[in-house]
Amino acid sequence: MTSRRARLASLINQLPLFLGLALLWMLLWGNFSWLNLVTGAVFAAVVSVVFYLPAVQLSGRVNPVRLVLYLSWLLFDIIRASIQVAFLALAPHYRASNAVLAIHMRTRSDLVLTWTAVSTSIVPGSIVIDTDRENSTLYLHVLNMKDREATERFRQSVLATERRIVLALGSREDVKALAGARRESKRQAGENG
Amino acid sequence: MSGLAGDIVTAVLVLAGSLMCLAAGVGLLRFPDVLSRLHAATKPQIFGLMAITADVAVNNFTLGTLTLVVAIVVFQALTAPMAAHLVARSAYDTQHLRADLLVTDELAPFRRQNRV
Repeated sequence: MTSRRARLASLINQLPLFLGLALLWMLLWGNFSWLNLVTGAVFAAVVSVVFYLPAVQLSGRVNPVRLVLYLSWLLFDIIRASIQVAFLALAPHYRASNAVLAIHMRTRSDLVLTWTAVSTSIVPGSIVIDTDRENSTLYLHVLNMKDREATERFRQSVLATERRIVLALGSREDVKALAGARRESKRQAGENG
Repeated sequence: MSGLAGDIVTAVLVLAGSLMCLAAGVGLLRFPDVLSRLHAATKPQIFGLMAITADVAVNNFTLGTLTLVVAIVVFQALTAPMAAHLVARSAYDTQHLRADLLVTDELAPFRRQNRV
């Protein structure tokens, strides 16, 4: 009985990904009809059976407003950073100065780590070299980092991205952990200041 | 969209897109090591692609083109970082980077610690 319930729960957990695959099929055909939905669903089922991968642990929580906010920030970041990198490439007196940074995430979920890694990678100027899943740390190569001030600013911007992702897609525990980490850092800042 | 407004939108978007691709090419030549060149090779081009596909979508505004454009951009955005990451990691591990250009290397201690 419990195993049936567990299987049902896992099916429901996979449903968004399944629908995503079907939606992708319709996107590629460029028309939204019932026939396309059905063939898309069939192909999604075949793909998930044939190319079996470990189940993605979704958080089961989406905040649509925060999601739109996160995506708009991402788009803005891409545009701003693209112009910066293009400018850097074309600037006559370019002197290279880069950094490899270890950035410790404040939450420990695979999904959030992956999203943060992908979002920081598509923003020009930073590439993920490696990730450390156990300590949820990202190792990034960052372009044009002149000094410590610049690297700290960059670190804060990645943590801000993580925060936006957690608020949009993270689980309740992640949101709580984030709030805890923020209080902690505020308290420390208060003690230092 | 047609007429002057359409032309202006096309001019702005396509010019912005091609400028980004040009900058990517120049960066590829000018940047000093593998990792910096990767930035030039994979990144401004995403914005360039977004600008050019956005122009295609604006000028042929049908549901079909719109969805195809969304699919193209999403796939580029998801796959380019993966390719960049794989090249970056192998470049780092085989020491194809100029350590003298780094202000800090916070991965080196981690690598030393995990060496067998």
